[in-house]
Amino acid sequence: MKIYIPPQVKRLLLFLPFIILLFIIFRRLVIPDTFGDLGHYRAASLEDYKAREVNYAGHELCGYCHDDIAASLASDLHSTLACEGCHGPGQKHVDDPEAHNIGLTPDRAFCALCHAKLPARNPEVITQIDPAGHNPDKNCIECHNPHMPLEISE
Amino acid sequence: MKKNNQVIKEKGMAGEKEAVGKGGREKSRRDFLKSTAAFTGGVMAFGLLKGTNALVFAAAEPASETGPWYGIGIDILKCIGCGKCAAACKKENHVPEEPWYFRSWVEKYTITKDGEVHVESPNGGINGFTETIPEEEIFKSFFVPKMCNHCYQSPCVQVCPVGASYDSPEGVVLVDEKYCIGCRYCIQACPYGCRFINPVTKSADKCTLCYHRIAEGLMPACFEVCPTGARIFGDLRDENGELHKFLQTHNVQVLKPHLNTGSKLYYNALSQEVR
Repeated sequence: MKIYIPPQVKRLLLFLPFIILLFIIFRRLVIPDTFGDLGHYRAASLEDYKAREVNYAGHELCGYCHDDIAASLASDLHSTLACEGCHGPGQKHVDDPEAHNIGLTPDRAFCALCHAKLPARNPEVITQIDPAGHNPDKNCIECHNPHMPLEISE
Repeated sequence: MKKNNQVIKEKGMAGEKEAVGKGGREKSRRDFLKSTAAFTGGVMAFGLLKGTNALVFAAAEPASETGPWYGIGIDILKCIGCGKCAAACKKENHVPEEPWYFRSWVEKYTITKDGEVHVESPNGGINGFTETIPEEEIFKSFFVPKMCNHCYQSPCVQVCPVGASYDSPEGVVLVDEKYCIGCRYCIQACPYGCRFINPVTKSADKCTLCYHRIAEGLMPACFEVCPTGARIFGDLRDENGELHKFLQTHNVQVLKPHLNTGSKLYYNALSQEVR
């Protein structure tokens, strides 16, 4: 039995390779270079992430210059604290200490972020005070040295 | 009219049944529903069985790949709700300051004596917490730091229509900002509410586990600043590492284990009330 192919379909079939070619070219143009190298994503995106700037330098760097403070910090209750946890991101200060300083003058509210009494805070993990009752007119650092909290001056 | 239709339908069904019956195979609607229910129930039960194994990807990570395979441990007993993790995350990654954009945040759970669960997270915990419920009414209260769970079988990655959301070789779930079309599908898919559209880049945004930092050997910012060691970051392939020790010595759980997301964020002392 002879299959009848309409003339318009025959004409369309002539164009079929061209259409496929066009599709392949279009696909190459729209899919990024590294797409699919590691999975169903653009592998170069990982490099984009790696190139992002670091803001928190890490606690090890601070001790290279501020070895005295690092030593006193390590000797007391606050030894588990990272410098930048209180002082804020320090990468700019590491790169250019003259232009960027990250000195800190904490107020009562700052210390209360950790030390205010809350039912949710585990008393075995952190020493807590009632900010309204514990010397309310004084700033914490007038008596407590934040780097050596056990040392109290009055 | 309606009644008529129904009669015709029933007749039709009865006829069909007879026809099948003649061929020797009796299959009624009841049998069909029975087998369907058994099959679906079986599949669901299997999914549940597998899903409740929280440690499956900690104990046996995918063998086909090498290199680090990152996971996270959070000890709820040690978290004091200082919000330093949430603050550091915003500063390190330039997350918009508005109090509804967070990659990392802290929630305070308070369970009162009438059994109510109150959840609070004012500005993600960055400005600290206050307790508004009188102490005598509180049954239990604790903090839960939240962030991306970096799931191995992340729903957010599965639904991305363009391949912009992906799981890196290190097991970190990332978003390709240049390729994301901002369709928000992943935001709806994440069962932990960890994604948002960044108003600056117009791309889906989420915790990257500070990929730029861990690539340089630094700790992610939130782990760096945690004052009590409540957050443990580590390689699940490192059998002598801190994270392995934490998982082996604590009673850890993941959030929503029944969803079988393959979460790699393990909580110690997680209460059932936490969603």
